[in-house]
Amino acid sequence: MSMFHQLMVKPWVTDQGKIDDLYAGGASSGLAKKLALKVFLAVVAVLFMLLVIAYGGRMAYEDWRPAPQLRLLWANTFVLILSSVALQWAQYSVRRGQMDAMRVGLLAAGAFTVVFLFGQVLAWRQLGAMVYFDVTNPAIGFFYLITGVHGLHLMGGLVAWGRTVAKVWGDFDVTKIRQSVELCTVYWHFLLLVWLVLFGLLFTGNNLDLLLKLCGIR
Amino acid sequence: MPIAIALILLVLGSVLFHLLSPWYFTPIASNWGTIDDTISLTFWVTGFVFVAVNLFMAYCVIRYRQRKGSRAAYEPENKKLEWWLTGLTAAGVVAMLAPGLLVWAKFVDVPKDAAVVEAVGKQWHWSYRFPGADGKLGTVDARYVGDKNPFGINPDDPNGQDDILVASPEVHLPIGKPVKVLLRSIDVLHDFTVAQFRVKMDLVPGLVTYIWFAPTRTGKFDLLCEELCGIGHFVMRGSVVVEEETAFKAWLGNYPTFAQTSARAAGDAAAGKPLYAVCAACHGSQAEGNPALHAPKLSGQGDWYLKRQLKSYKQGARGTHDKDVFGKMMAPMAATLADDTAIDNVSAYIKTLPDHPAPATVTGNANNGRKRYVICGACHGPDGRGVQQMNAPGLKGMSDWYLVTQLKNFKQGIRGAHPQDMYGSQMALMAAILSDDQAIDDLVAYVNTFK
Amino acid sequence: MDYVAHDASAYAPPAEVEEMELYHPKTFVGKYIWSQDAKIIAVQYAVTAIGIGLVALVLSWLMRLQLAFPNSFSFIDPSNYLQFVTQHGMIMVIYLLTALFLGGFGNYLIPLMVGARDMVFPYVNMVSYWVYLSAVLLLIASFFVPGGPTGAGWTLYPPQAILQGTPGATWGIILMLVSLALFIVGFTMGGLNYVVTVLQARTRGMTLMRMPLTIWGIFTATILALLAFPALLVSAIMMLLDATLGTSFFMPAIVSMGQQGGHAGGSPVLFQHLFWFFGHPEVYIVALPAFGIVSDLISVHARKNIFGYRMMVWAIVAIGGLSFVVWAHHMYVSGMNPYFGFFFATTTLIIAVPTAIKVYNWILTLWHGNIRLTVPMMFAIGFIFTFINGGLTGLFLGNVTVDVPLSDTMFVVAHFHMVMAIAPILVVFGAIYHWYPKITGRMLNDSLGKIHFWVTFVGSYAIYYPMHYLGFAGVPRRYYAIEGTNFIPESAQSLNVAITVAALIVGAFQVVFLYNLLWSYFRGKPSGGNPWNATTLEWQTPDTPPKHGNFGATLPVVYRWAYDYSVPGAEQDFIPQNVPPGEVTRSSART
Repeated sequence: MSMFHQLMVKPWVTDQGKIDDLYAGGASSGLAKKLALKVFLAVVAVLFMLLVIAYGGRMAYEDWRPAPQLRLLWANTFVLILSSVALQWAQYSVRRGQMDAMRVGLLAAGAFTVVFLFGQVLAWRQLGAMVYFDVTNPAIGFFYLITGVHGLHLMGGLVAWGRTVAKVWGDFDVTKIRQSVELCTVYWHFLLLVWLVLFGLLFTGNNLDLLLKLCGIR
Repeated sequence: MPIAIALILLVLGSVLFHLLSPWYFTPIASNWGTIDDTISLTFWVTGFVFVAVNLFMAYCVIRYRQRKGSRAAYEPENKKLEWWLTGLTAAGVVAMLAPGLLVWAKFVDVPKDAAVVEAVGKQWHWSYRFPGADGKLGTVDARYVGDKNPFGINPDDPNGQDDILVASPEVHLPIGKPVKVLLRSIDVLHDFTVAQFRVKMDLVPGLVTYIWFAPTRTGKFDLLCEELCGIGHFVMRGSVVVEEETAFKAWLGNYPTFAQTSARAAGDAAAGKPLYAVCAACHGSQAEGNPALHAPKLSGQGDWYLKRQLKSYKQGARGTHDKDVFGKMMAPMAATLADDTAIDNVSAYIKTLPDHPAPATVTGNANNGRKRYVICGACHGPDGRGVQQMNAPGLKGMSDWYLVTQLKNFKQGIRGAHPQDMYGSQMALMAAILSDDQAIDDLVAYVNTFK
Repeated sequence: MDYVAHDASAYAPPAEVEEMELYHPKTFVGKYIWSQDAKIIAVQYAVTAIGIGLVALVLSWLMRLQLAFPNSFSFIDPSNYLQFVTQHGMIMVIYLLTALFLGGFGNYLIPLMVGARDMVFPYVNMVSYWVYLSAVLLLIASFFVPGGPTGAGWTLYPPQAILQGTPGATWGIILMLVSLALFIVGFTMGGLNYVVTVLQARTRGMTLMRMPLTIWGIFTATILALLAFPALLVSAIMMLLDATLGTSFFMPAIVSMGQQGGHAGGSPVLFQHLFWFFGHPEVYIVALPAFGIVSDLISVHARKNIFGYRMMVWAIVAIGGLSFVVWAHHMYVSGMNPYFGFFFATTTLIIAVPTAIKVYNWILTLWHGNIRLTVPMMFAIGFIFTFINGGLTGLFLGNVTVDVPLSDTMFVVAHFHMVMAIAPILVVFGAIYHWYPKITGRMLNDSLGKIHFWVTFVGSYAIYYPMHYLGFAGVPRRYYAIEGTNFIPESAQSLNVAITVAALIVGAFQVVFLYNLLWSYFRGKPSGGNPWNATTLEWQTPDTPPKHGNFGATLPVVYRWAYDYSVPGAEQDFIPQNVPPGEVTRSSART
């Protein structure tokens, strides 16, 4: 029943009461965790959306000086894609009961993520060493801020990842692990998506500007 | 039951309060009577709803309070009633919104023939700039702001050369003519508010905002900053004088253009030396001051401040209060200086004199004074050196007994009460904070610790 | 129509619902300090919030003292006056009201009212409280750092928030921003819990439209908060970077105190947009739980179903949605593009419609009711009156043209105190009188409650109603002293004195309330499980106060909506939600 339809019913009417009585009540804790993750991702999405909007708003000023583009980011993006692929593979394996493959997938995903984070720090240092570097340039400020916030979210993900990895050796509850892997995968895919949007719009030329012009906003 | 009666009484009381209240909008002095009309309209609509809904609630409380054997009705909803109420509410909302938006459309649309004047806000002063003969304001940038160019005008922009600079919190405007006030801030957010004009707008550093109005009544109106701008927010005041066109023109003619202020020669210390001979009699040959003659130390004080005070004395904005005994002695002395050049010269000479700290004569608890000085330091500098752009004179190493007298004068309205003494009035509001003589002594004792 | 019973054949036995694993603490510390029981966490939240709220109350006294008797108190100077104003506002809005409604009432009521054993993630719930507490402690710490807490106004507008010339521009503002960031992190943990618990942990038969409006209010407010707080988080982080690392997100090139600033190119208006994108929903984050709670108070104590339940739910959802598109009505005179005024005035006035509907429905619930003038009911009526007043003055400020002369005056202060300080606080009091018996098993003292009500209700009206007129007269807000203007009549000062006297009295009388809380805890009349004869699940627990796990061996099964009061044909004037259709006692008089 759609949310909209649910809101239209008259709960005091006898016939509706019969229908409502059939509602079976809260579901398993697994579903709850999934829902919690979804709600959390919505919050994170708002956070990044606001950052992009703030970036776009600032960009509209005449004195906007774009930040230099870093080639390294392409490599980092590739590595982050790999980590997502690895997790997807881990999820695929755990669903098919292939525990060794799942372990490899998990470990690979973690390793790629660490490489990505390391690459981001390298990018920070590269930019910091450039002649263009000027802390009062908002474009540069936004670069550090946005990559930093994104990196922090990945680090948070690594905590959840670590807790999962710690449990996959020896005896473990397969359904629980499967659930953890699934949650990690959703999270990683989401952060990859966020990164692709950020990277595509803000850090590879000024595509946000193009987009806004296309939409006729600017 | 008592609560129903209380509701009725509160409704009646509120209406009566509204009708009898002496506190209401100050009479309007601009073209924005339409704003007042939208307010009256809103009052009628909301007032009706306030009375009707609350009285109905009181009725329900009385009529349907629990009594023996009474039982509530069961009515989950009443679609018809609910839609009616929704519709009526929507109608009321439209009745208020539509006229409001029409007036707002006028607010955004500045008349083409509006004269342009720029109001510049900075912590915690107002100043103004009029476009000169060319009718164009020069470009500005925070980078250019300095003691010599407080307005931050681009020196290379020809449009800016003839801009007329009014470095005073008071501005004059001609009656009846629409004026577009460009609002520019040099430091933080401020807000340009004249209650009689009804319109207001924030000043935002990095942007130029605007409002427009046409003054309809002559008089002098308070200008307040109404956006929090720091410790001195409540003393950031100015005034707008609305007058006839001719008087306005004459007033504007008194102020220099940007080219004139930048070209003005610095005072000639050599020429000032003979003029200082008169001053030396009291203030001492080195301008070191003489407590016995109630003459404060002048050396080390910012020349801009000396000039302003000499002009104030000369114009009668200072040294005219009955109780200002020593000020009254200074006023005729200042009058001996023939013109602004003489004032510049003598100030320039004083500037060349060596600045030895005056001996400490005031005793107080410097530790207590330090806490109080937090406020003072916001303008006069944490080290009491004085900050020209804050219009705040130096305190460090000046005659401490003089600081005490002046603080008392400010506090008692002996100084800073004259309508022409714009910066003094600000200090008077600040001096009022010092609760008693002990507080003043403590404060000055702390100032004495500055090295 | 026969409302009492639908066909008993529809009655189904409880399904096999997966029982929640509860954490069972063995020690006192585990039970009451590091507690994972939502009810204990709720009390922890409430006590902390009320504690810090009392600090803010004292700050408001200090402010009022200065306004009434300028220059009489040597410990109030323009610098700490601004600090009092700022901290009072920040504490009241965020650390008291938000935390109390969501962390306090949310935690206590959500599991009980939807028929759950606890929050879905009890551990996260516990961490949420401790993060909140550390945010509060950081805030308190800012009072003791050099320069004191920030005095930038609760809106913390840059550039002045991080410039000399504003009190607390060095340490105070940094602690404030970090504390806010912590608060948001802690709240997000709690908020996820509330949302998931409402969506996933309702008991059998508890469909969304059978939920009490309290839950609807808290649930919608939580969603608003989850989506709005990121804006505050982003702006807090950006301002922190501006203040510490010299970035220029919000800081344009300026000359402050005669010194060139090191910034270039930032936009102060951007901060305001971000701030109010959070700040306006924040108003409803406080208001919606109050709306929900007061609906239930009125319904219970008027012995009548809430009038237009569906409309009430829709209105809550509509207000929640609209609250995200009205933020710039706080910025009509901020120097943003004035054309925005058309859009935001329209959306703002549209929001008046669902809000008005709520008011009508509260009153229509009283209409044909059987009103018991209990203390919670008196607070509810007081709320409606106050809220009508505050809502109507909102129509002044929301309508862009009318706002211009009133903006930045005491009118604004009076308006928002009426609508989001006094009104929600009256609900808080009403709610505490209402649910205290469930929390402690004892009734609060009625006489003390009435004294408390009368002074608080009439007193706070006496504070804020006249204050509007200071605003009309042009008295600006955030002014340490108003002397020296030509247009404000001298008599405004006597009005200021009257307001201050009222404020001191109202504030002091809160002691009666605190005393009542303590006294009744030990000496109050034992309440039994359901002293108000209410229908909702929290009153149907086997134990009062409810034990860990709330509902004993089996979870309740819900057979009806939350408002079966005075149902025709039923003997009693209420039918609890978990009474099966077959077990309702019919009145003998039924025809």
